[in-house]
Amino acid sequence: MTAQTPDRSRRRPRTPVPRGRVRRPRAGRVPWILVVPAVAGVLFLVLPFAGMLVRAPWPTMGARVTDPAVLAALWLSLSTATVATVVSLLLGVPLAWLLARTEFPGRRFVRALVTVPLVIPPVVGGVALLLVLGRNGLVGQYLDAWFGLTLPFTPAAVVIAQVFVAMPFLVISVEGALRGADRRYEEAAATLGADRVTVFTRVTLPMVLPGIGAGAVLCWARALGEFGATITFAGNFPGTTQTMPLAVYMAMQRDPEAAIVLSLVLLLVSLVVLATLRERWVNAS
Amino acid sequence: MRPTTPAPTAGLDAELRLTRGDFTLDVALSARPGEIIALLGPNGAGKSSALRALAGLVPLTGGHVRVDGADETTTAVEHRPIGMVFQDYLLFEHLSALDNVAFGPRCQGSSRAEARSRAAELLDHMDLAAHAHSRPRQLSGGQAQRVALARALAVRPRLLLLDEPMAALDASTRIDVRARLRHLLEDFDGVTVLVTHDPLDAMVLADRIAVVESGRVVQRGAPAEVARRPRTSYVARLVGLNLFQGRGEGETVALDSAPGKDGADEVARVTPREPYEGPALVAFPPRAVALYPEHPHGSTRNVWRLTVEGIERFGDQVRVHLTGPLSLAADITPAALAELGLSRGDTVWAGVKATEVECYPG
Repeated sequence: MTAQTPDRSRRRPRTPVPRGRVRRPRAGRVPWILVVPAVAGVLFLVLPFAGMLVRAPWPTMGARVTDPAVLAALWLSLSTATVATVVSLLLGVPLAWLLARTEFPGRRFVRALVTVPLVIPPVVGGVALLLVLGRNGLVGQYLDAWFGLTLPFTPAAVVIAQVFVAMPFLVISVEGALRGADRRYEEAAATLGADRVTVFTRVTLPMVLPGIGAGAVLCWARALGEFGATITFAGNFPGTTQTMPLAVYMAMQRDPEAAIVLSLVLLLVSLVVLATLRERWVNAS
Repeated sequence: MRPTTPAPTAGLDAELRLTRGDFTLDVALSARPGEIIALLGPNGAGKSSALRALAGLVPLTGGHVRVDGADETTTAVEHRPIGMVFQDYLLFEHLSALDNVAFGPRCQGSSRAEARSRAAELLDHMDLAAHAHSRPRQLSGGQAQRVALARALAVRPRLLLLDEPMAALDASTRIDVRARLRHLLEDFDGVTVLVTHDPLDAMVLADRIAVVESGRVVQRGAPAEVARRPRTSYVARLVGLNLFQGRGEGETVALDSAPGKDGADEVARVTPREPYEGPALVAFPPRAVALYPEHPHGSTRNVWRLTVEGIERFGDQVRVHLTGPLSLAADITPAALAELGLSRGDTVWAGVKATEVECYPG
């Protein structure tokens, strides 16, 4: 027994010891009960992509990617996701400011409402949008009657569906950044004669810019992947409302190889955009 | 005719009352243009709250703020004629030093060019022209402080507020920065109110000191006056004096016995420099106390037999804390300590010459 008592002063033996017999402090060992699930988790996340790469029709890749139908869907996806992100920024940043910086009756309730699209299935969101903005919807009938505007089944509807689903990500992210920002800088600006709008644009916004950027990326990625609300509210018309995720789904029915190509393109675009933006912030901060 | 003090039209006239939870602040301040007032006090005394109330960053529950005769009590922060230097300066990280200083003039409606030229002028005045295009994080503590001061002065305030202006600096640079700040503040023609917990800042920077404890002003006066004649044990500790309360009875002052101390049966007496009648405060510096192993002979008028309570290093001296009929601190040389061979619990004779003892109305 006494011979096995670890001697703390000789943790590293001078004489070489066969591998595996080196005594290590117990705290240094990573418990297998955590390692095994962790490795399984990584495999689970990575394997599907590997499978996609293996099964991809590499010889015909060039021709398939430059197919006008693919390019149209890609262009529609990128442009609507970007417009949706811009709209979300214009509406979401002021909303986040209101939630983070002011006290008004029902503020907590509004905050809860804002997060609802995060938790409901997107299809349900699409149904709700159709009921309100559809041609016979609560608001939609007046848009039709007064302005001759019909939203459903147009690219605008794609954007609306994406904003509905993706904006909460931006609001939550920016609100968090605003709450974490040092408000004394805003006080300093006020003592220099800045009114609240000036404080917001010239001090608060620059301070929370990284948070806004992170929120915008989350929002853009979510909009790019939007499926349920889009297909319900905007439909699935090639060239008008058929975004990449919809095109992938349709291709899967008739030509699985085409689906793989579309998926790879979508994957590549998302990775490139995220990597570029991430790089920028890591360097900036 | 009732004697009334007319409120000064120029300068600051403020009465700051605010209640938050069980903390109450009640501080009156007045100053002429060009004067520098220091609010000196321990942490949590309410001096920062008073400064924030002057700025309008916290609302008053009572009182008023008048600057150059104009009532600013309910004026919004951004419209007050103030400039403020915050504790960590709070320079805007995304702007250069020049644009930080130009921020205020821009908010007041100056064109970009006007604001920048005013900012450049101020930075030049503060020997910072070379750092005009530096970002705040590239500046040293002293430089950041001057940029913050320039930024506050750029809006041409009538009331300049400084919140712990020296706290963010390391000890090695403080002496220079403090002297320089004093010099720059002398050029300002409005009222300056600065908040500090460091008596040295207050002594060097201010024309007048108001000592704040628990939300009240407990002593006001010129720095020399406060340093020589402290009115509370907090101030006495800050300026390094032994302070006692008592009653002048001609040649001697009978000290109020400290509650809870032994020897309450014996009233300690102190003989001050000049005879005094009535409630009095008595102060003398620790270095005026001499310690003897036996009752000393000679001219020393104040001699007490005391017990050693503690011994600590104090600069190149040794500070001996003594208790008995009165509690006091004595500064002696390490050699003297060695000679006396003192340790905790020993008894010793302490003597102070009457000429060293300051006595003033209590």
